Amino acid sequence: MTATIDTPAAELGRARLRKEDAKLITGQTNWTDNIKLTGMLHLAFLRSPYAHAKITRVDVSGALSQPGVIAAFSGADFAGEQGSLPCAWPVTPDIVIPPHPPMAVDEVRYVGEAVAVVVARDRYAAADALASIDVDYEPLPPVLDIRTALDEDSPKVHDAGNKSYEWVFANGDVDAAFRDAPVVLERNYRQQRLIPCAMEPRAVVAQWIGDEVTLWSATQIPHVLRFALSAFFGIPEQNVRVIAPDVGGGFGSKLQVTAEEVLAVLIGRKVGKPVKWNESRTEGNQTVHHGRDQWQRIKIAADTDGRIRGLEVDLLADMGAYLMLVTPGVPLLGAFMFPAIYKMDAYSFKCTGVFTTKMPTDAYRGAGRPEATFAIERIMDELADSLGIEPLELRERNWIKHEEFPYTTICGLTYDSGNYEAATAKAKVLFDYDGLREEQRLRNERGDKVRLGIGISTFTEMCGLAPSRVLGSLSYGAGGWESASIRMLPTGKVEVVTGSSAHGQGHETAWSQIVADQLGVPFEDIRVLHGDTQVSPKGMDTYGSRSLAVGGIALVGACDKVVAKAKIIAAAMLEASEDDLEFSAGRFSVKGDPEASKSIQEVALATFAAHALPDGVEPSLDSDATYDPDNFSFPHGTHLCATEVDTETGFVKIRSYVAVDDVGVVVNPLIVEGQVHGGIAQGIAQALYEEGVYDDAGNLLTTTLADYLVPSAADLPSYKTERTETPASNRLGVKGVGEAGTIASTPAVVNAIVDALRPFGVRDVTMPCTPERVWRAIQAVQSSEQSGGAA
Amino acid sequence: MIPAKFDYVRPSSVGDAVSALAGGGEDAKVIAGGQSLMPLLRLRLAYPELLVDIGGLDELNGVTDGGDHLLIGARTTHYQVVHDPLIAEYCGLLAEATGTVADPAVRHRGTIGGSLAHADPAGDLPAVILALDATLIAVGPAGSREIRAGEFFVDYLTTALEPGEILTGIRVPKLGTDWGYRYEKFHRTAQAWAIVGVAALVRRSDGHVAEARVGLTNMGSVPIRAAAVETAAAGALASSETLREAASGAAEGTQPPADLHGAPDYRRHLARVLTGRALEAAAGV
Repeated sequence: MTATIDTPAAELGRARLRKEDAKLITGQTNWTDNIKLTGMLHLAFLRSPYAHAKITRVDVSGALSQPGVIAAFSGADFAGEQGSLPCAWPVTPDIVIPPHPPMAVDEVRYVGEAVAVVVARDRYAAADALASIDVDYEPLPPVLDIRTALDEDSPKVHDAGNKSYEWVFANGDVDAAFRDAPVVLERNYRQQRLIPCAMEPRAVVAQWIGDEVTLWSATQIPHVLRFALSAFFGIPEQNVRVIAPDVGGGFGSKLQVTAEEVLAVLIGRKVGKPVKWNESRTEGNQTVHHGRDQWQRIKIAADTDGRIRGLEVDLLADMGAYLMLVTPGVPLLGAFMFPAIYKMDAYSFKCTGVFTTKMPTDAYRGAGRPEATFAIERIMDELADSLGIEPLELRERNWIKHEEFPYTTICGLTYDSGNYEAATAKAKVLFDYDGLREEQRLRNERGDKVRLGIGISTFTEMCGLAPSRVLGSLSYGAGGWESASIRMLPTGKVEVVTGSSAHGQGHETAWSQIVADQLGVPFEDIRVLHGDTQVSPKGMDTYGSRSLAVGGIALVGACDKVVAKAKIIAAAMLEASEDDLEFSAGRFSVKGDPEASKSIQEVALATFAAHALPDGVEPSLDSDATYDPDNFSFPHGTHLCATEVDTETGFVKIRSYVAVDDVGVVVNPLIVEGQVHGGIAQGIAQALYEEGVYDDAGNLLTTTLADYLVPSAADLPSYKTERTETPASNRLGVKGVGEAGTIASTPAVVNAIVDALRPFGVRDVTMPCTPERVWRAIQAVQSSEQSGGAA
Repeated sequence: MIPAKFDYVRPSSVGDAVSALAGGGEDAKVIAGGQSLMPLLRLRLAYPELLVDIGGLDELNGVTDGGDHLLIGARTTHYQVVHDPLIAEYCGLLAEATGTVADPAVRHRGTIGGSLAHADPAGDLPAVILALDATLIAVGPAGSREIRAGEFFVDYLTTALEPGEILTGIRVPKLGTDWGYRYEKFHRTAQAWAIVGVAALVRRSDGHVAEARVGLTNMGSVPIRAAAVETAAAGALASSETLREAASGAAEGTQPPADLHGAPDYRRHLARVLTGRALEAAAGV
C-alpha cells in the first residue's frame, strides 16, 4: 500500500448526501415486516371495544377451529409469565405505578387494550379468526377528563385512585415576586393529545432457538428493550438479542417497551415457532403511545417595563390508563423549560399526573419541552399586549444576553452557550419583520377580511439526554451515556459501531463524517453499524436529540484511542519517538521531516501483520469509548411566522415562516436542514391540524388519517432557514437538532393567529386551531361584545 | 391491507361484468380504481363476497364528443378528467373540481364512475354533476337505462343503481362560453374531504345573471342543489353585493352532518360564505 492519499477536505460542515438514501429510495430497505423466517406464524390481537370494563369471560376456542389457526390465547394464559410492562421513571417516592399486564386479564382500561391473540399461518387467517373469540365484558364508567378525574365522586381507573403523582419544584421567593407586582397575568392553555404517525407502523418478529431469543422490532431502543426483556420478564440477558433493522421513524413512539413486543416473545416460546406482528394504521392510532395531553395554568408577574419577576406553572398531565416506559417523566422534561431564555427572580412548578381510561401517553418529539415552550411564548405575547410593549422588545428586555453565558437559570440549569440577539436579528431581516408589521397595520386599518398575523417564538430547549447523575437525581431508571467503537480493518477501512440507534436521522452519514476527520480516512471507507445488540452490545439508543451531542462525542473519544495506539505503532515503524510524531489528515509524520511518515492505513496493515509491533502492543487498532455528558445541550433560535387568517371562514394559511436556529457546530447542513424542516412541520401540525379525540364513551374517533389530519407538503409553506453558530461546550461544539423545530414552531404559529385576531378582541385559540375554532373565537368575542353593549 | 376473504373476477366485457354482478347478488360489489371501496375493505366495514373488477373494460374509458353533450366513461380516471381537452372546453367545472379530489395518487387510480356510484356526500363530484344536470347511464340484466343526476343520489352511500346494475357512463351537457364556473372546496388539508364544497355555474348576459346552478357538497346525506340561491340569483345584477345576498339562502333546507371538522351551524355558515365566493368567481365579478 502506498501513501498517496491527498490531504482530505474537512468533512465537518459538508453537505454530504446521505449514505442511507440510495437504499431507502430504491426499496432495498430491510423493514421488520420484510423479515420472513421458515415456519413463521402471524399474530392478530383482539382488542377491547370498551374504555373501561371488567372481563368476565374470554373463550378463544372458537378461533382454534378456524382455518389456518395454530393457537389462540387470552390474558389468563400469560398470567404466570407476563408480569408488568416497565415504567422506568418513578418520579416521586410515593408515585402510584399500577400493574400493567401486556395482555389484560381481569379489566380493560382503554379502547384497544389487547385481550386475546390468534396465532395463525398467515395474517389473513389470524385477522379472520378474531371474530370467533368470545369475550364477556361488564362495562365500567370511563374516566376521560383529567380536570374532573381527581374529584371525590369520579369513577376510578385503578383501585389506588386516579392520581399518580404530584411533583413540585420551586426556586426563589415566588410570593415576593407576585406580591405587589404591577402586572400579573394568568392563562390556561390546552396541550391536546397527539398521535405519533411514524411512516413505518410498529412491527415485531420473535424467534426462539433453544433458550435464546432474537427479537426484531421497529424500535428506537434495542438496548433498553434487551435490558427490559431480561430485567422484567426473566429471560437471561445473555440469551436475548434485539435487532432494530431499518426503522421508518419513531418521534418517540418507538421509545417504548410495548405489550406486543413482550407478548411476541412469550408467544414465540409457547408455540415454538417464529412469530410476527405488524400493526395497521388504525391499530396503531389506538395503541401507539400518545403524546402531550396537558392542561397548563401559567401565571406571570412583571414590572411595568416588562421585566419578569416570577413565573408559576401548574400542570395537569394525562397519563392515560397506565404508566409506560417514561410516561410520568415527560411533563417534567418541560419543568425546567418554562423559564426558557428569560431571567427572573422566582419560579415554581407543579405537575399532577392523572390516570384516565385512554391510551397511555409518553414521549413524543420534544417530550415536555414543546408544551413548556408553547406556554411561555404564548404568555410572553399576552404580556407584551397588556403592557403595550412590542413583543420582540419585551423578549429582549428579559432574555439572557450573549455576554452572560454560561448562565445559570432560575431552574438551576447552566446554559453553556447562546446568542439570542444574533439569531433574532438575523430572523428579523430574513422575515422582513418591519415590512410585515406595516402591512399588518394597513390591513387592520382597511378592515380586510383576511388579516395578517405575526407570531414569534424565541425558544431554547434542553436535549442531548443526559448527564447520568442528573437523571439519577430525577429518579430516572438508567444512565444517559453513549458508547462508540472503532475497528480499523487490515485494509485501512473502518467499522464504526454506535450505541445510538438510527431510525431515519442519518447516523451512517454523520458518523462517517466525524470519523473521517478524526482519523483522516476517506468518508467512503467508513461503515457505521448500529441497531443490533449482538453487533453493538452497549448503548442507550436514540431519543431526546442525544445521538450526536452524546454519541458523537463518544465517537471522538474512540477515535482518540485509535490514534493514540496507532501512534505507538507508527513510531516503531518510523523508528522515531512518539513525542516526535504529529498526526494530521490521516498521516503520522516526524516533526521537521515530513518525508518520514506513515498513513494510518499503513499502520493498520502493519498492525494486522503484527510482524514488528513494539513489545506489549496487541495486534489490533480497535477501541471502545463511552461518554457521559456533564451537561445538557441547549439549542436555541428565533422562529417567526406570518399567517393569513380568513375571518369569514376561520381558515389559517401560513404565508411565510423563518427559522434561525443555533444548533452549534453543524456536522452536515443537509441533515440539519432536514431535521429543521420536519420538526417545523410537526410543530405546525400540532398548532393547526392534529388532535387525538376520544368520544364520551372513550372511543378513539381519530383512528384513520382521514380523521387524524397529518399535513403534507401541499399544506406547508416553503420555510426560510438560516443558522447562527455558538459552539456548545463539548469537543465537537455540537448541539442536538432533532426536536428543536417542533419545540419552536407551535407557539410561533398560534401567536401569529392570535396576533391577527387581536383587533377583534381574540386573546386565545385552542389547539389545533381549526378553521371552526378560529371562526368561533371571533364569534364568541363579537357576541359577548354585543351582549355587553346591550347590558 | 388485511380485508376479509372475497372472490374476484375481472370480466372482459360489460355484459360479462353484468352477469358476474347479477350472479353475485347482494354480496357482489363493483370495483374500478378502488379508492372508495378499498378503505372500507381495509377497515372491514364492507364484506363483499365477490369483487367484479371493471378495470379491464376499455369501452368504459375516456371522453367522447356526443354533439350537444360529452359522454364520460365510468372508469375514466380523475387524472384523465383533469387533463381531457373536451372536458376543459365544455365542462371546465368538472375538471376544476376533480383536480381537488384527494391527492395525485388517488387521482391516478380513482375513477369518476366509482366516485359517483359510491355516493359519499363529502365526495366532490356528486354535487358537481348535480349542478351540471348530468345523466348517468346504467347497464343491468334488463339492459341500459338513464338516470338523471337529481334522481341518482338516494341516501348516504346509496344510489338509484339496482343490484346487478353497473354505472357505465355519464352524459354531461356541453356548456357554452357564456357560462362561468367555480368549485369552492373548503377543507383543512389538501388531501382531506370537503367540510363543505360549492359547485357554481353562472350564465351571464348583459351584466346580469341569466341562470345560476349551485350544487352543495356535504350539506346533507346526499348532494343537493341550493334552490333558493338559484332562484335569488336568476336575473340579478352580476355584482358582489347581489350575489352575496343571493348566497345568504345557501343553507336553506340543508341538514349538514356533525363531525370532527365542523358542527352543522358552522357548515351552514360556510355554505353561505363559499356560495357567495363561488358565485362571484363564476360570474367573474
